[in-house]
Amino acid sequence: MTTLMYKFHQINLYILTDKMTVHSLYILSKSGGLIYQHDHNIPTVEHEKTFSYPLEVKLEVQNRNIVVSYGQRDGIKVGHTLMAVNGMKVTGQQLEDGRDAMLASMFYPLYALACQLSPEQRSSGIEILEADNFRMNCFQTLTGVKFMVISDVKQTGIDNLLHRVYEIYSDFALKNPFYSLEMPIRCELFDEHLKSALEQAERLGISNI
Amino acid sequence: MSRQSMRANDPKKVSGELFTLTYGSLVAQLLKDYENVDDVNRQLERMGYNIGMRLIEDFLARANPAFKLYLGVSPSIGSWSPGGDEFSVVLETNPMAEFVELPDHCLGLRYSNIMAGVIRGACEMVQLEVMAWFIADQLKGDNVTEIRVKFVKRLEDAIPAGED
Repeated sequence: MTTLMYKFHQINLYILTDKMTVHSLYILSKSGGLIYQHDHNIPTVEHEKTFSYPLEVKLEVQNRNIVVSYGQRDGIKVGHTLMAVNGMKVTGQQLEDGRDAMLASMFYPLYALACQLSPEQRSSGIEILEADNFRMNCFQTLTGVKFMVISDVKQTGIDNLLHRVYEIYSDFALKNPFYSLEMPIRCELFDEHLKSALEQAERLGISNI
Repeated sequence: MSRQSMRANDPKKVSGELFTLTYGSLVAQLLKDYENVDDVNRQLERMGYNIGMRLIEDFLARANPAFKLYLGVSPSIGSWSPGGDEFSVVLETNPMAEFVELPDHCLGLRYSNIMAGVIRGACEMVQLEVMAWFIADQLKGDNVTEIRVKFVKRLEDAIPAGED
């Protein structure tokens, strides 16, 4: 008779409720290239649980994240995102390199198409795109730079946020003498200010930021 | 609160004198390096052009009068050409040249030529090709400082969708 040895691993699941309000931000240069992308995740409610094998919850991959699909228990609900296992961060399924850039750049011709389709002359193109679980706001400057924010449908004050991001772009990217136009923005000060603007927009959710 | 004291309390504002001194030493160094005033004029214009391309976004993001915002003066606009494609920007005082006296050997120097470049660079980013040049300069004994701006053409292929 053969016996099988099972090794039991204790797995710490670090589970996060999906309550982000501003999901991500994209900046497209005037020639349509993606020059900045930021995924904004704020952990709101966190649960840390120790499970032993086999897992009592079922996980599956959804929208680049690993989420709970079955087995609601101890505050962990279906739809929560797995953040870490044994202290190691779970980054979810990342899009392969360049796919973000490709997806974002795809918006450029769509925008131009919308302008052409418009029955009225001088249409502004796509400003808001709304789905049942997210909304995309786009703001194009006179110079042709596009700022796009993807947020929860309930999030308000996005217009102000977009304007604030424009100011941050003009300050911390363009006024940095070592930033070259049309190139991806890699400026720490820009990142910092952007993050705080996003957080503020989420906290207030209202018009004044 | 008066404007002066507001300025003094704003940590982001630097002294205007520091700015004029910095610009002065830049021009002086360029003169030393190039020795030829035409080259210096060209370099200043090119620097201004690069500044203008960036500054336009700041101007659009804040929507304040540009000369007031960046130089603290309010120029008047006038002398429109009959075709309406050319005008003058007239500055009663030029804050950049407050302490400057042009030496005899560089009378051809357009000291504030960086401004002409800024105007050209900024307009180009909003799809307007313009020419900008100085036609009067207080440093050369004129009553006012005057920049002439001439519209050349709309840069059609650079116009972003939805802005035509």
